[in-house]
Amino acid sequence: MLFTKDKPLDEVLESLGQEKSIFLLACNGCAEACETGGQEALSAMKTEVEKAGKSVTGTCLVDFLCNKVLVTTRLAREIDKINQADSILALTCGIGVQAVARVVDKVVHPAANTVSLGGLQGLWPADERCQACGDCALDYTGGICPITSCAKGLLNGPCGGAQDGKCEVDPEKDCGWIKIYERLKNIGRLENLKKIRTPRDHSKMLPSAELRETSFYDLEK
Amino acid sequence: MKLSDCFKQGKFVITCEVGPSKGIETEKIMEELEPLRPKIDAFNVTDLQSSVLRVGSLAMCRLLREKDFEPIMQLTCRDRNRLGLQSDVLSAAVLGIENLLCLTGDHPKLGDHPAAMPVFDLDSVQLLSAIKGLVDGKDMAGNALEGRAPEFCLGAAVNPGADPLEPQIIKMEKKIEAGAQFFQTQAVYEVDKFASFMEKVGHLKAPVMAGIVLLKSPGMARFMNANVAGIHVPDEIINELAAAPKEKRTEKSLEISARLISELKDLCRGIHIMSLGWERHVPAILEMAGL
Repeated sequence: MLFTKDKPLDEVLESLGQEKSIFLLACNGCAEACETGGQEALSAMKTEVEKAGKSVTGTCLVDFLCNKVLVTTRLAREIDKINQADSILALTCGIGVQAVARVVDKVVHPAANTVSLGGLQGLWPADERCQACGDCALDYTGGICPITSCAKGLLNGPCGGAQDGKCEVDPEKDCGWIKIYERLKNIGRLENLKKIRTPRDHSKMLPSAELRETSFYDLEK
Repeated sequence: MKLSDCFKQGKFVITCEVGPSKGIETEKIMEELEPLRPKIDAFNVTDLQSSVLRVGSLAMCRLLREKDFEPIMQLTCRDRNRLGLQSDVLSAAVLGIENLLCLTGDHPKLGDHPAAMPVFDLDSVQLLSAIKGLVDGKDMAGNALEGRAPEFCLGAAVNPGADPLEPQIIKMEKKIEAGAQFFQTQAVYEVDKFASFMEKVGHLKAPVMAGIVLLKSPGMARFMNANVAGIHVPDEIINELAAAPKEKRTEKSLEISARLISELKDLCRGIHIMSLGWERHVPAILEMAGL
């Protein structure tokens, strides 16, 4: 199971920026158990987003956002409402955000940070991975994780080592940063790349005392 | 002359790379640099280039400083976290090393210790910002440094041959914002591509020095194409070198490098030569290139 914590609301609203219409999506799996997802969190977020003066074009609850079949079939039904929105706000773990970004050509904002905890890392049978860094950057990178898709986990763009779009470490692997660049260009968010990202806070990867006392942590021991 | 003064005075700057020894005997390297003294403005000392274990850049830079050479310490993010990097930067200042070239660094998997942990706690942009912070008297945690603050001339790298090029240029802009004062490029073999790169970065004020890797043989060119991150030698150059009879190959090779330099020199503010053991040929090449 993937343990998630709400991103601070200020941070979520800041990432929505000037966007006026938002589609809300929540996971009903691990995130529901962590109270970052599920119907209750979805309804609460809808209220907050509307309070911030934005319209919500639709909401959708998916049992497991890491399940490819569920994501594609459920989102297909909502496609008109998704298309009306400037972006999607996803109440889910890092895998869930990447899974959605993979199937929809829209900006996907994460509403949670995924925190270190062992166990199953989601069910998405594709390239997306989450290292539970505790400070989700998917918002800025167009839904492709720079920490897991770049061999060096760089935050400010590609190194000079890629050859023909492939990583210097493994010629079979795509350069994560070229993928991020293409994706940002595709969704019209290239300006995201221009902002200097500050170094990671690695202490966010350590399970907090508070988390170690929860039953989730016990279950994963 | 100090490197920063060379740039300030608008001098066409020539730098040359020095790879530290695999063992602790550094005398031979130091001797080989002597003939280059009149032509070379500063020497870049690599930081475990290609992730192969060697003597460190800091020690070698200090040896150069003691012999009155102008050293540029290369600093990669591969092996040290932010504590180690900041500490080495302060140590450099203590040892009289003023020029730092801040790089991401090759992945350890490419070198002779492929099982090593890749650190990359910071990336090159963040490293530049951190050093700028030290220059302003504060470490990355915001704690004040005691006494006078260090001074540095900060450099960074860019790969003009990257495809796509745009993310490289965006990162280059961020490096300047973070404190980079000059750039040395990855090896350039395609003058047209370099010219179009220079056109695209014409709005940036930081001087750019074109990188030249001396090609010793067609085999080396093919090896670099297959194994060295970010370098591409076009077939025409490999074929030109391969067509020369064996006894004339060195001559041909020097001629190719000199030709590249003479074609590149009007497009940029300097040349950075990566001689890879051919230091002895550098003066001749520069002469042939009219420098």
